[in-house]
Amino acid sequence: MNKKPTTYWKTNLKYLAILLTIWFVVSFFFGIILAETLNQYQIGGFPLGFWFAHQGSIYAFVILIFVYVYLMNKLDKKFDVDEV
Amino acid sequence: MSAQTWTYILVGVTFLIYIIIAIITRAGSTKEFYVAGGGVNPIANGMATAADWMSAASFLSMSGLIAFMGYSGGQYLMGWTGGYVLLALLLAPYLRKFGKFTVPDFIGERYYSKNARLIALICALFISFTYVVGQMKGVGVAFARFLNVPFDTGVLIGIGIVFFYAVLGGMKGITYTQVAQFCVLIFAFTVPAIFISLQMTGNPVPQLGLGSKGTDGVYLLERLNQLSVDLGFDAYTSIDRSNLINMFFITGALMFGTAGLPHVIVRFFTVPRVKDARISAGWALLFIAILYTTAPAVAVFARTNIIDTLSNSSYADVPQWFTNWENTGLLSFEDKNNDGKIQYVADENINELTIDRDIIVLANPEIANLPAWVIGLVVAGGLAAALSTAAGLLLVISTSISHDLLKNYLRPDISEKGELFAARVSIAVAVMAAGLAGLNPPGFVAQVVALAFGLAASSFFPAIILGIFDKRMNREGAMSGMIIGILFTASYIIYFKPQLGGPGLPEDFWWGISPEGIGTLGMIFNFIIALIVSRLTEAPPKEVVELTERIRTPRGGSQVSSGQMH
Repeated sequence: MNKKPTTYWKTNLKYLAILLTIWFVVSFFFGIILAETLNQYQIGGFPLGFWFAHQGSIYAFVILIFVYVYLMNKLDKKFDVDEV
Repeated sequence: MSAQTWTYILVGVTFLIYIIIAIITRAGSTKEFYVAGGGVNPIANGMATAADWMSAASFLSMSGLIAFMGYSGGQYLMGWTGGYVLLALLLAPYLRKFGKFTVPDFIGERYYSKNARLIALICALFISFTYVVGQMKGVGVAFARFLNVPFDTGVLIGIGIVFFYAVLGGMKGITYTQVAQFCVLIFAFTVPAIFISLQMTGNPVPQLGLGSKGTDGVYLLERLNQLSVDLGFDAYTSIDRSNLINMFFITGALMFGTAGLPHVIVRFFTVPRVKDARISAGWALLFIAILYTTAPAVAVFARTNIIDTLSNSSYADVPQWFTNWENTGLLSFEDKNNDGKIQYVADENINELTIDRDIIVLANPEIANLPAWVIGLVVAGGLAAALSTAAGLLLVISTSISHDLLKNYLRPDISEKGELFAARVSIAVAVMAAGLAGLNPPGFVAQVVALAFGLAASSFFPAIILGIFDKRMNREGAMSGMIIGILFTASYIIYFKPQLGGPGLPEDFWWGISPEGIGTLGMIFNFIIALIVSRLTEAPPKEVVELTERIRTPRGGSQVSSGQMH
């Protein structure tokens, strides 16, 4: 019982670290810090930095949550801590 | 039929639906009153959360704000959505496993302290109350403009409706009403956007229309950039380099604040299982994203349309909507050079047109010549947004009083029936108080919303995160962190807000950070202080460490909570 939750928790923390890094990069980094540089590139009619600040980061947020749910449901089953 | 008739019909029908739902789903126990019985389907909860979250400000004001801010408006778009990632990954599942009713419940038990519960309670009350007053005002404004009733009557109708379904239904009634309100508001927001996107770009999806070419074959954003520069404004998509640090901090304060707002957190107590709490946050953000990715498109369409229709046109030939809004005083024209034409330019001395940003969404269908029923639909949507947010906030206020204050602080021996009665009485009182404050809003209310987010970010967010992720975190650490975070954030905001009587000047902002963004720094201070103090003081008791371990795994959540609740 003692060993299992520790590995479970560590894996959870690893997922969090990866997903929250992406969360930070798409919004604070691409949308703000790097926006001016990215604005030199276009996707369709959007300057790229502007797109991240007004559209792209929001799409990324939604995807991040669903990926997390998928990963955690699998992890819960693997460590047999899921709910009935 | 006229827009006026359509408005009466659509508002009347939607209100009738809300009332019928409230009667069908009325609450019979405290558990139903506080957390809708804990059995809400995750998709329904996602819709209710979205309606709870998207207020009159999101629906009516945000697009207008962005239309006049351009790129920098992204701070609201990212700030008011990014917090849901934090909620889903760091808070919702664990708080659901904890399985109680409120945020002060968690703070009080995890930090084994009645005083910690009291601090959390006061913060929750303050945050929710400032927020709800703005909603009541929004209801009054929408009624006043479109139903031609005085502002006061508008607020009173709003109080009546919320009173009915919140007092009767508690969280259960509110949740299912919010599901209906979400459908109304999202339909009302996207329909005009789709029409206008088709008109201007030929693409029915506003998010894609925003990046498409207009009827003249030029990209819409490129054209708006050109128009703006010609009139002396900054290009719409250009980046204000001097504002980037401030924008970074504001975005952060809004995100961390979102994740710390009690009326948002409590929504994740209403679903049956931990995995439902996770997925429910995903649905909530998906539903919110529909509006939040459409809003920047609406902003660009409206700004372009306004410049096209009005700039350098003759005042004698202005369209009907211009005159309508002129009558409300929210739009005004002053012919400074007496040439009979409208000069709309950046230079204050030459500019002759003043537009209140709040009218963009309401006026948009008229500006784009959409059919009359669309205008009625937008009003019904704006009211749905204001009412759903108000109801969710009022519930937090009443729960704080009947559950946190009465049951857990003053009279622990109160019976289930007595507590339910107290909950109904306190929500009734809260509705009236919010309505009265909305009738005569103290001038500082709009300013205080910055304080609500700042306080949520600098108090609750770190205290909850540390309570889950740091087993060694103790009462002393969490409380000193919260107190320092709140004191720092509140002092900075009050000092630099002239509307709150502060003497501070913008040129003295620390690193250019405005009061709206200071919550991020307050949060960092909270984390640092809490970690240092906790390591220098006694470790938390064994049963609290066990509680922390228990909330980290999903299994057993539903059993534990139902056992303790009945």
